[in-house]
Amino acid sequence: MSIVREMTCILCPLGCHLKVTLEEEQVVNVEGNSCPKGEAYAKEECTHPIRTLTTTMRVMGGEIPVISVKTSNPIPKNLLYEAMNEVNSVQVKAPIHIGDILIENLLGTDSHIVATRDCDKNK
Amino acid sequence: MMYKELVIIGGGPAGLGAAVEAYDRGIRDILIIERDRELGGILQQCIHNGFGLHVFKEELTGPEYAWRYMDMVKKREISYQLNTMVVDMTEDRCVTAISKEHGLVTYKCGAIVLAMGCRERTRGALNIPGTRPAGIYTAGTAQRFVNMDGYLPGKKVVILGSGDIGLIMARRMTLEGAKVEMVCEIMDHSNGLQRNIVQCLEDFDIPLLFNHTVIDIQGSRRVEGVTIAQVDENLQPIKGSERQVPCDTLLLSVGLIPENELSRQAGVILDNKTRGVQVNKGKESSREGIFACGNVVKVHDLVDNVTKESKVAGKSAAEYILSRKVEAVCL
Repeated sequence: MSIVREMTCILCPLGCHLKVTLEEEQVVNVEGNSCPKGEAYAKEECTHPIRTLTTTMRVMGGEIPVISVKTSNPIPKNLLYEAMNEVNSVQVKAPIHIGDILIENLLGTDSHIVATRDCDKNK
Repeated sequence: MMYKELVIIGGGPAGLGAAVEAYDRGIRDILIIERDRELGGILQQCIHNGFGLHVFKEELTGPEYAWRYMDMVKKREISYQLNTMVVDMTEDRCVTAISKEHGLVTYKCGAIVLAMGCRERTRGALNIPGTRPAGIYTAGTAQRFVNMDGYLPGKKVVILGSGDIGLIMARRMTLEGAKVEMVCEIMDHSNGLQRNIVQCLEDFDIPLLFNHTVIDIQGSRRVEGVTIAQVDENLQPIKGSERQVPCDTLLLSVGLIPENELSRQAGVILDNKTRGVQVNKGKESSREGIFACGNVVKVHDLVDNVTKESKVAGKSAAEYILSRKVEAVCL
């Protein structure tokens, strides 16, 4: 039996409205996407939804108290709160450079927490 | 009074982009004046992603996008001053700035690029009745508290306004442990990006109430609750639809206003409706030699478009300066 699920692709600001046909929980058709990424998004969203996490981490000895960070790859959506706890339990020491890996293999995934800006040592 | 060939007011993406473009077209005597403690403007507090898809063909966070332009400025050794506020601008392009480091300094400018961005509409501007407890912030202010200063402004939040800033902060506050009770939107639709409705509200089961607004605030020292109500087609509260929502924080995401005090001082003509600088195709304002780009002209959804505009303004400013040099030589 096929079901049609409607969703918005979140990969870019276009936010294409997608119609996804599922048969026995498998994605058999995707409509409404403006690019191939949208099709891939629909498949993932229906089977194992993932999200990029952007947040901040506390800094020791830096010119700013918190530094903005992100996951290097999207992580399972159901791990977001656990990921936040992990990130908030760690402090990083200045100096930090954009792109530095601050936490490797977050929660056992292949995604790292990386700095999205520089932070010099406090003068 | 010092002479500066090109002064750029504001070191966010608009100002940085204009500076780089002007430099690449031959202008060297450039000064970017930034009131904050670092360059990058509002991007530094926009730690979420979605920036740069057009300009860099990559999805970047705000700070990463800012870093790229800051790097371009630093590599070109373009001068900039931080913690410096421009307090006056005249129609004949004298700019006065104040800072702890340099005191009060006036520059006579060959050309000026206005890149001051915008500010948020406040509770006062909305005339929401009630007491004046702590805990009422514009969404951007709360964003700065969380993402730059490391504070959590509240634990139980109601958000008024479903524009992108309100949506983004709904997610941010939730991730940091607050309970966002709802987002109220006075219109019957959101003008935020649909992707944000999904990844900021639906992902976290945060209710979005269309045709609703906040009509009262309770609490003496701290917000204790707000009263929300449904509105009719004239945006007037419908009697009997009032509901009290206990909370300790109200975030307002109800509009952005270009920051044009300086522009008014110099007699630069502003758009009646948006209060942004009126510019022609070359981003020149009504005052000769004064150009403008970015949110100070009109509020942009994507920073990529700000960058495109800033290139035009930088080019026009450079051409204006160079043409006057030619004139001077010919005379």
